Amino acid sequence: MSAFLLGLTAAAAPQTATAPGESVFATLLRWTPLIARGFALNLAISFLAMAIGTVAGVALGLARISLMAPVRGGAWITVQFFRNAPWLALLFFCVYALPHHISLFGVRLVVPDWTKATLGLALPVMANVAEIVRGAIQGIPNTQWQAARAVGLNRFLTLRLVILPQCIKPCVPPWMNWYAILTMATPLASIVGVAEAVQLTSEALVAEARYELLMPMYLYLLVWFFIYCYPIALWTERLEKKYGVIQ
Amino acid sequence: MEAFFRHLYETTGVNFSIFYDRRNEINFLRGLVVSFELMGITLLGSLAIGVAGAWLNGSRFRLVRWLVRGYVQVLRNTPPLIQLYFFFFALGGILSIVGANGRPVPLVNNFAWACIGLSAVAGAFNIEIFRAGIEAVPRSIRDAATALGLSRVKAFFLVILPLAFRLCLPALNNNLVNLLKSTTLAYAIGVPEVLYVSAQIWSDEFNATEMMIVVLVVYAGITTAFIGLMQMLERRLKVPGYGA
Repeated sequence: MSAFLLGLTAAAAPQTATAPGESVFATLLRWTPLIARGFALNLAISFLAMAIGTVAGVALGLARISLMAPVRGGAWITVQFFRNAPWLALLFFCVYALPHHISLFGVRLVVPDWTKATLGLALPVMANVAEIVRGAIQGIPNTQWQAARAVGLNRFLTLRLVILPQCIKPCVPPWMNWYAILTMATPLASIVGVAEAVQLTSEALVAEARYELLMPMYLYLLVWFFIYCYPIALWTERLEKKYGVIQ
Repeated sequence: MEAFFRHLYETTGVNFSIFYDRRNEINFLRGLVVSFELMGITLLGSLAIGVAGAWLNGSRFRLVRWLVRGYVQVLRNTPPLIQLYFFFFALGGILSIVGANGRPVPLVNNFAWACIGLSAVAGAFNIEIFRAGIEAVPRSIRDAATALGLSRVKAFFLVILPLAFRLCLPALNNNLVNLLKSTTLAYAIGVPEVLYVSAQIWSDEFNATEMMIVVLVVYAGITTAFIGLMQMLERRLKVPGYGA
């Protein structure tokens, strides 16, 4: 990690030797490839965390409607805990509590920081997806369950063949909403040291050491995220109108 | 209680130092106070921004409506952390006056920027929530207010807003709980709230896991208490004929 940072600043050094009168736009353009690489890591973290969170969340949501009381209770506690915990605190917890490296069959695998950050971000997503799934399942009319029972399906088959396929459409708008929220939470990983867009921007600002670059650089980052998240928000609104709102 | 935690540390190595070490305890409590201040100020600020934005959204002038919608879209679709950095480093760097010994002194300190930034984001979400609540108020009530001779301002504050507030209370509660959790973002600009002082404590005492558990339990307690309060409010403000 430190070697990577050293390499980065070493790569940055010859670039800062250019003319001090260089315009702000030219500087932003020059730093764009680095910021793009950081932003790609942000997106990768968001995709991975969303995938892990969705899979775990669906399982947790099904546990919330389980027929066994201890499973239901345990799922309720988990969902409440991860929904009410601050995202940054969970991130810190994962980065400090998860092991630095794991030894499998004598091979020492270092667990990188961004993996722990991804897991830390996947936890609240899991809890919120569980609530979305539970809300969608409870929005299905009782008649569907009764009809499935009349046809002779057991609970597992009812869920798999009748209930869950109908739940997918109403789940999509709130799920996309949480993806947008997650994407906008990925810069938190910079606080725990992951070299993503915000961290690299700070390092670029340090390398440039030009006071007037502070505002344009951070505005530039905001624009990057806005260009990515605003279309998602518009699409979510359109889907909400089409499929109806679940909450 | 102190003896119990000291004994726990000596026998098992589980180190809840804030319970037996006086200095850690005081620092942690100071951090809690700062957190509560942040939460209180941002709650009020975001509600004020929400009401103001909802009022301006009904303005006659298209420019005003466009500005409000632009504000909401920009603040909702950009990361709050980067907004905080922008406010504190970029704007804060500009807003400084030359101090007594010739060095620049910032006009707005980091606590104030954290309050401004966090209220602004939560206020943007509140504007959307209040807008949905106002649209849910039946047209007949609006007409009745006009028929009674109430001006636009009086109708808004005496009739429409109270009803809209009650109708959108669940969504508003959700957003306010998110606001309470987002106060931890102030860590990034150095505000000494609970997470920040916990980080200081665990870097001194090497008990990161224990301090993290304390922080998570503290926030679980705060949000549970807040949700309980809000549910009491919801029950008292229930509009007959609406809601489940």
